[in-house]
This record gives sequence, C-alpha cells and structure tokens, in this order.
Amino acid sequence: MITYTDACRVINDSRDESVVVTTMTQTKYWYQISKHPDLDIGIANAMSKASSVALGVALGKPERSVICLDADGSLLMNFGSLATIAGMAPENLYHFVFNNGIYSVTGGQAVPAPGVEYAKAAEACGYASVYRFDDVESLDSSLSEILSSPGPVLIEIMVKGQPQAEGIDQTWESNAKMPLQLRTLRKRLTGADDWGPGGPYL
Amino acid sequence: MYQALMDEPSITLVPVAREGEAIPVAAGLFVAGQNPVISIQNAGLYEAGDALRGLALGIGLPLVMFIGYRGHNRKGDTPDSAATFLEPYLHMWRVDYFVVESDEDLDRVPLAFELAAKTNQPVAVAIGTEYAKSDKATGAVQGGPQ
Repeated sequence: MITYTDACRVINDSRDESVVVTTMTQTKYWYQISKHPDLDIGIANAMSKASSVALGVALGKPERSVICLDADGSLLMNFGSLATIAGMAPENLYHFVFNNGIYSVTGGQAVPAPGVEYAKAAEACGYASVYRFDDVESLDSSLSEILSSPGPVLIEIMVKGQPQAEGIDQTWESNAKMPLQLRTLRKRLTGADDWGPGGPYL
Repeated sequence: MYQALMDEPSITLVPVAREGEAIPVAAGLFVAGQNPVISIQNAGLYEAGDALRGLALGIGLPLVMFIGYRGHNRKGDTPDSAATFLEPYLHMWRVDYFVVESDEDLDRVPLAFELAAKTNQPVAVAIGTEYAKSDKATGAVQGGPQ
C-alpha cells in the first residue's frame, strides 16, 4: 500500500508544468505540497467529473500535459469516461486512480465492488498504456518515464483508505475556490483575463 | 445535425459515453481557450443534472447547450415525459432558453450565444422534434429531419 502523502509527493516531483486536476481525498493532500497552484483545479461540488474536466483541458491544450488525480469511487460513477477518453486518445493525458476501496468522504462505506482493477478496465477500453502500483519505490522509479510516454495512460495507485470523520466543508468561501481556480487557469493557459464573475459563488 | 457536425472541418466532435460528461468536458475545453457547445437530448440533460449544477451554473460557465426537444409538438399534448418536463426543468435551474422549431427561429441561436457571454451562465437552445425547413421560394413549411 502507498500513502496519499507519498503518492502526491512523487507525482508533484515529476509534474513539471502539467495541469493537475484533483478530486476528493487527493485534493487535501495535493494542496499541501503542490508547487504550481496556479495550474491546479480541485474538482469539488461536482460529483465524479475530474476525469472529464481533465479530458477537456487536454483536448484544448494538446501541447501541455494534463494529470488527473482521480479516485476509485469517483471513477465508478463516471466509468464511461474511460471509453470517452480512449476514444479521443489525448496523448497528453495521465489519469491516476487512487484505489482505496471506500468512499472516504462520506464515512468509509465500501465501494460496490472493491476488487475492480481500474488499470485492466482502462486497458480494455483502449488506453495507450496502463500501470498498477502498490509500493511507492516502484511508482517513483517509473514515473518520469510514464509521464514522457504518449497517453492516455492510466496509473492505478493502491492506497490505504481512511474514512474522513469531518466530511467536506460546504461554505461560500470553499465553494468559490474552484470557480476562481478555473479562471486563474484559463488566464494562465490563454493569456486572456476575460472570464468575469458568474454563478452563485463569484 | 450529427452528420453535419462531423462534416464541418472547423468543429471537433467529442463523442461522450453519457451526457453527464458533456458539461465537464466543455468546462475543461473553455478553460483551455476553446469555444465549446454541447448537443444532447432532453432526457440526457436530466441525466446530467449534477454536472449542470456544479460545472456550469456553479462556476458561471458561458455555455450554449443545444437540447433536442424529444417529444415536443405544436399541438401541446405529448405522451413523452421527456418533453413534458423540459421547460419546467430549465425553469427550476433558472436556465434561460430559446425554442427553435424552424429555420424562421434560427436568429435565436446568436441571441443564446450573446446571453451566455453576457451573463456567464449556461443558456439552452431547445430544438423542436418537428423542426421544419422553410422553403423560401414558396414560403411553404416542410417537415425536416427528426
């Protein structure tokens, strides 16, 4: 098993200037260490859609790598996105799936089928390559080569799940974070500061 | 319409496995500097409810959504609940919309783009099932492709 802290550390070490789209438990750990917050999006308040947002960014900016830090429960809810991603075949998309077998943020209930092997599912859908790691040394030693190979790549990371006792905050400030990140990233990627306020949080 | 979209070189089609993916893919494309629209049926819009909430309305995304108005007819009554619920559903989400039933209504499409850009909100264009092409030579109205 790999810890969230270790997995996020080695990914951050190798990210270079990739866009990183995170969700759920990974986001909490990622925010503690990310070296490019202006290139990060933490998908919150929108169930399961990190892989789809990452696909959109990857298709829109093919010259920039996009890393998605997805989760097993989230991917189960958006399972069709494996086929959608494989169909579009973006060479710049690296899809990590943190597999802990539970829904951490809602109290630790088991996912419907804890034995699903997401790397095999992605391979069956047609990803360019897939990997599965359960020790951080192997992940660390392989990562820079993986991130320089053509995508879409799925990297399944076996992590030990810990239910979050506190759940997720839903405040005006926390819910404004994602819309602000998206505007910051658009400005960074396009050079245009042209997306004004909109929606309930901005 | 799908064939026309595939045939148009200036448009890249992104086929999705379910409608709930369409809005977040569009959000990602917009962030990357592209000009996405989505094209789904009314039943698919219901399926995409949480994505509409979180990644269109919630982020203030200026997105035009072309929605096939399955079951809609000009007589008013329909056995298709996909049609019955479309406009109440859009009202519930406070999504502005335009109904396009024939070529005569096409000037509503640029209005949808203008409104989305002005408000930073998604705007729907509901395309009636009985969409009809006008024959400008005779002024007659003919049933178009479904």
